Amino acid sequence: MTATMNSRTTSPALDSKVPDGDNATLWENHKFSMKLVNPSNKRKFTVIVVGTGLAGASAAATMAELGYKVKAFTFHDSPRRAHSIAAQGGINAAKNYPNDGDSVHRLFYDTVKGGDYRSREANVHRLAEVSVNIIDQCVAQGVPFARDYGGLLDNRSFGGAQVSRTFYARGQTGQQLLLGAYSALNRQINLGAVEMHNRKEMLDVVTKDGETAGIVTRDLLTGEVESHSAHAVVLATGGYGNIYYLSTNAMMSNVTAAWRAHRRGAFFANPCYTQIHPTCIPASADHQSKLTLMSESLRNDGRIWVPTAFDDNRLASEIPEDERDYFLERKYPAFGNLVPRDVASRNSKTVVDEGRGVGPLKNGVFLDFAEAIARDGKATIEAKYGNLFDMYANITGEDPYKRPMRIYPATHYTMGGLWVDYHLMTTIPGTYAIGEANFSDHGANRLGASALMQGLADGYFVLPYTIGDYLAGKLGEGVVPTDDPVFKAAEAEVADQTSKWLSVKGTKSPEHFHRELGKIVWERIGMARDKNGLEKAQDEIASLESEFKTNVRVKGDSSSMNTELEKVGRIADFFELAKLKARDALVREESCGGHFRVESQTEEGEALRDDENFKHVAAWEWNGEDTAQTKHEEQLEFNDVPLSQRSYK
Amino acid sequence: MSENTINLTLEVWRQNGPTEKGRFETYEAKGISPDASFLEMLDEVNERLIDDDKVPVTFESDCREGICGTCSLMINGQAHGPNKGQSTCQLHMRTFSDGDHITIEPFRATSFPIIKDLAVSRAAMDTIQQAGGYISVTTGSAPDANMIPVPKPAADLAMDAAACIGCGACVAACPNSAAQLFTSAKIQQFNLLPQGQPERWKRTEAMVDTMEDFFGTCTNHGECFEACPKEISLDFIAFMNRDYVKAKVKNRNLSGQKS
Repeated sequence: MTATMNSRTTSPALDSKVPDGDNATLWENHKFSMKLVNPSNKRKFTVIVVGTGLAGASAAATMAELGYKVKAFTFHDSPRRAHSIAAQGGINAAKNYPNDGDSVHRLFYDTVKGGDYRSREANVHRLAEVSVNIIDQCVAQGVPFARDYGGLLDNRSFGGAQVSRTFYARGQTGQQLLLGAYSALNRQINLGAVEMHNRKEMLDVVTKDGETAGIVTRDLLTGEVESHSAHAVVLATGGYGNIYYLSTNAMMSNVTAAWRAHRRGAFFANPCYTQIHPTCIPASADHQSKLTLMSESLRNDGRIWVPTAFDDNRLASEIPEDERDYFLERKYPAFGNLVPRDVASRNSKTVVDEGRGVGPLKNGVFLDFAEAIARDGKATIEAKYGNLFDMYANITGEDPYKRPMRIYPATHYTMGGLWVDYHLMTTIPGTYAIGEANFSDHGANRLGASALMQGLADGYFVLPYTIGDYLAGKLGEGVVPTDDPVFKAAEAEVADQTSKWLSVKGTKSPEHFHRELGKIVWERIGMARDKNGLEKAQDEIASLESEFKTNVRVKGDSSSMNTELEKVGRIADFFELAKLKARDALVREESCGGHFRVESQTEEGEALRDDENFKHVAAWEWNGEDTAQTKHEEQLEFNDVPLSQRSYK
Repeated sequence: MSENTINLTLEVWRQNGPTEKGRFETYEAKGISPDASFLEMLDEVNERLIDDDKVPVTFESDCREGICGTCSLMINGQAHGPNKGQSTCQLHMRTFSDGDHITIEPFRATSFPIIKDLAVSRAAMDTIQQAGGYISVTTGSAPDANMIPVPKPAADLAMDAAACIGCGACVAACPNSAAQLFTSAKIQQFNLLPQGQPERWKRTEAMVDTMEDFFGTCTNHGECFEACPKEISLDFIAFMNRDYVKAKVKNRNLSGQKS
């Protein structure tokens, strides 16, 4: 407790269940104090896992290994398509193999600080602890991490860190880790321990007497609406970055599962926290359907710059050294091009807004490898980043070995998500949220190579322990049968919600509304936010939403594959989330991490936190469609990582 | 960024459901930017179909950066189109010229039944992986990661195999609809590593036998390699064949039957 502690208190509805004690020993001690389900009783419990990315696949496989009956669901045609697959750069772990001073405490410290003091210390410490087990697990599964000539694992450094703690598999680390988790899942499917449901989208969480009873899904090939009972439901359904329309997320990534849970009582935390990734390929025109990320590992060797002159139309090669502004190196000599993502993104926005952007639309900054190629040789750079350079050349038609890449920030990851306690349980008893779908570990900003770490930490090493504590209390209780009125009512609601879109018969495609919504959210709730803009956003979103509901045109039927019908329901949920996101951003009158309020900045233009008033998690409670959500606060305490203004100078 | 747009004529396979009769329909794609990706071109065609109150073309895609393996399509008879080492989502319209006719069909293979229009089911590929595409290691039981040194060449070769995105282009391109390239990549990513040795023979036999339940026979055409967006090497098929022959002998020994 500090002397500046204010009168704000944690809402009684938000019991974080963080045990008392020292962060360093908390998880170890808590594992002992949690209730266990004995091996022969585990088979009496059914657990549903929705989503089969890193978090979902690892959780489903691990719980099946423990003996639980697991039903796993994905809306993809195969569990292996989840968007975790697209993560490029790597996964952090406090192994300290390079002997450069890393430790569990340092990873914990870096993550809390990097998150700008808006995450829960106890959760982050646990994450850092289990990070080392993740690497062991993945290597044993056969994940082909990069190795040195001695046959041992190689590491590299990543944005926001001063040690080399990132493990990687070429530029496809997410793919390889997901294939590892998928292989573990396959093993359990083959053993009959996991019942796998592909191409089924979860559209509702069902509760009975205030506790989780199961889910309602829609078969994306036949349109059939079905119920599935379970003792517990785990949502591992990813983030909501596609609220911006253009993002680095996959086309189908959405908030629907989390949002439907929110509508059934799960509080939604910190929706204003979004990570804008600094190194993406700038948009080229209106037809753009998504943006492509270039791994930020590129920042290890690439130098970021813009011309010092405004509206400079020369080619990069024609601009002499003294007319270039290496703005990150200039402003942050200690971290240079490796400053955290939010800092790098905001500085790129500043120089582009000043009129110093590069490229045909003046919407990018240079990421230049000329010096690295001269120093290390083209072959070395090609070995490190070859696939990324090829990807860039393919998309832009430009050769990055000969001229600098053009990059610009794009939405990449969402730190906000369903509120969960230390056990990763939402405010609906028996419903859990893991991976990007929850809010828990990254605060207001996520460090590079930490998303893969958190997804696998939750799935392999946290949830399989904590879920037992809940299930142990349910011993002897059966599941709610799917012919129970709670399921029948939810099924009817889902069927109605789905078919109503076909009868609107408006004039504009779902895509049109998604694109327009994205423009508002990017403009008003993007890299810089202010009161006036956020108030406008609320009106603009509401009026676009009412047009959407009355003028959307969805073709086809609901009894066969209909990707338009799938899309329209997800866009409807994005509209509801966008309203909450604007409100959350409006009431958080401070800057922190990825949330930059123009009104709250230092003289140097850096994010200025207001710890006295906003050192809390904002968790929103659904009150029905016509009533605004209620805000609850969970106050955060920092005992091991003293609050300080982040500085990367 | 190019300023000149191009006009194209598309012949697109339309089929309402798995058992319905399909047909080609012709669409004009006008004013397409050469910087658009192939799928963004199809997005535009679909938006115009919706504007004309027509049912858009069903096709599948997700990551649109060549890694998830969701997109498919035979473009002018070639799986993922004309460029080597690319999936359909990575194909850009600058590959085509103004006035081109482009035929777009679903991936063709008996084991990839059509769901609707250009979408097919590739579930058989999952079945192969479930048969043995894993190393049996229960969570929590792994030794320290550096306890298992892996020679760099082995790790690199395993990574070459593991780069497979499971899109099924190899099957679609093969005159026999064989899945050898896919299956061999999935087997060898484990068989090449020390961690994969204990289950090597069991894995190989189980996955190859499952593959043969669904897919045709390899007759060494090499079309799979030509179509593969990740350019998975044909060498893996040779590795797999060698391991399969050995597995047939070794698995009998393991079960007590002398060969």
